[in-house]
Amino acid sequence: MALALSSGEQVGAGGNRSQLTTARIRAAWLFLSPMLIALAVVAAWPLARTFWLGFTDANLSDLSQSQFIGFENFYAVYDGEAYGLLVDPEWWNAVGNTLYFTVVSVALETVFGLVIALVLHANFKGRGLVRTAVLIPWAIPTIVSARMWGWMLHDQFGVINAALMTLGIIDTPIAWTANPDTAMWAVIIVDVWKTTPFMALLILAGLQMLPNDIYEAAKVDGVGPVRVFFRVTLPLLRPAIVVAVVFRALDALRIFDLIYVLTSNSTDTMSMSVYTKQQLIDFQEMGYGSAAATLLFMIVAFMTVITLIAGKLRFDGEGER
Amino acid sequence: MKQLVKNSLFYSLVLVIVFAAVFPFYYAIITSFRSGSELFSTSLLPTSFNWDNYTGIFVEQPFGTNILNSVIVATSVVVISLAIAVTASYALARIPFKGRGLMLMTILSVSMFPQVAILSGMFELIRSLGVYNSLTGLIIPNTVLMLPFTVWVLTTFMREIPKELEEAAIVDGASSFTIIWRVFLPLMWPALVTTGLLTFIGAWNEFLFALTFTLSNEVRTVPVAIALLSGASEFELPWGRIMAASVTVTVPIVVLVLIFQRKIVAGLTAGAVKG
Repeated sequence: MALALSSGEQVGAGGNRSQLTTARIRAAWLFLSPMLIALAVVAAWPLARTFWLGFTDANLSDLSQSQFIGFENFYAVYDGEAYGLLVDPEWWNAVGNTLYFTVVSVALETVFGLVIALVLHANFKGRGLVRTAVLIPWAIPTIVSARMWGWMLHDQFGVINAALMTLGIIDTPIAWTANPDTAMWAVIIVDVWKTTPFMALLILAGLQMLPNDIYEAAKVDGVGPVRVFFRVTLPLLRPAIVVAVVFRALDALRIFDLIYVLTSNSTDTMSMSVYTKQQLIDFQEMGYGSAAATLLFMIVAFMTVITLIAGKLRFDGEGER
Repeated sequence: MKQLVKNSLFYSLVLVIVFAAVFPFYYAIITSFRSGSELFSTSLLPTSFNWDNYTGIFVEQPFGTNILNSVIVATSVVVISLAIAVTASYALARIPFKGRGLMLMTILSVSMFPQVAILSGMFELIRSLGVYNSLTGLIIPNTVLMLPFTVWVLTTFMREIPKELEEAAIVDGASSFTIIWRVFLPLMWPALVTTGLLTFIGAWNEFLFALTFTLSNEVRTVPVAIALLSGASEFELPWGRIMAASVTVTVPIVVLVLIFQRKIVAGLTAGAVKG
């Protein structure tokens, strides 16, 4: 990722040039200032306020009456009993749900995305149409896809239960979104359906950049297609897949709307974002909810930094593209 | 013979993919034309063609207003963030300055950060500005949400414009602003359209802020309206109407995406792969 960033234009020597460069750098900061100001006022400031509120007992109904309480939202002991986020089983349940959802859905999306990308990369009649069809789930708003699948997974009138019963796979209808055993899977199914196209497109773009001559060489040597896939395609495709997986995983960690609409505030599927929103808005616990938001931010930031460091090291080692 | 088996296996895979991609939307469309007890039918073919659900959401519910709200919010977000992003992405793509790599990394990270992390601070800001429960109160947070993404995608497009054009303009003594206005903007239209479209879709789909910063149905955007659509009783969701509303807002987006699919694919992959 860092590679393209360092390839700036070369500015030649000469006093006149360097004066020009200074002028251009000044212009650069001028050009950046609207964005920087906007981000500072409407992103950095709310983020800082959220951190601060996490250390107060603020309540949504009256924000002016908040007091600094230190780490009590995170951890506090009264009469030998521990309170706070760090010992809240519901919070850890939400963390566990989010991680489970992220790992399973991203893994499935990668596999399906790879299959679809390979199909779209093949030369066959009607490929354009198939690509168009595959884009449809991506184009459908998340809320709409949550609703559509909510209806298809309906326990009494859902088409999926009807189909499975007709085929004799199940005898009684399953309450997909309400049953604790299936609720998370319902969420995963919808997410995989909605975001696999994105994964497929990114992997397809990677496939299209692969050099053709390697495949011709493999053909000449009589290497079978399965071997070619595992020995040539997959290793060459790895950078594209890694980038796609990172993007999807960071996106999955913040999941809110799909879960909120499909299963509302059920603890079986509650993600970190749903938990935080519930504390903040539904329970009006601005301080406690902000503390949860802070922890969520820390977790995602931690993972982003690790990915960026890992990505930078590897990409720099590869040299210019 | 072997080739035949291979081909039929391949085409069955293609069929499965197309079916899985298209069926849910198809089923939403046929459900939206069913009303009353028809709704309980699980037939896979259209059984009736009834506009009741559509008239219901527009006449008995302010769904038309909701659509207008979404259009206003998403359009404003596109215009504002493109205006800010054009100059910013020129600086990031074409001028080498100290800290540029770090700034690009920060922008990418910000675009991936969870919205909920700034929810309470944003709530406070929105209230203190007096724009709670208004469209302005949705445009402000949505712009910030989409701005890093817009800058990032535009920067990757901006990098691809040949250096020679810019150098010629510099030699002619053009200022940086003139270069953007006279040299880059005319060349950037396709990129601006693609980026604008992706930003529009992002803002159109935004849910958390729209849910949190509005109270009354008249200022709600489409996703919130669909999520909160309620029926006669609390326990009975009006599925027919929900599907009608879903189809109404999805058809234009799907059509847009299909028309611009090449551009969109280019924009999405530019934002991710080349980053």
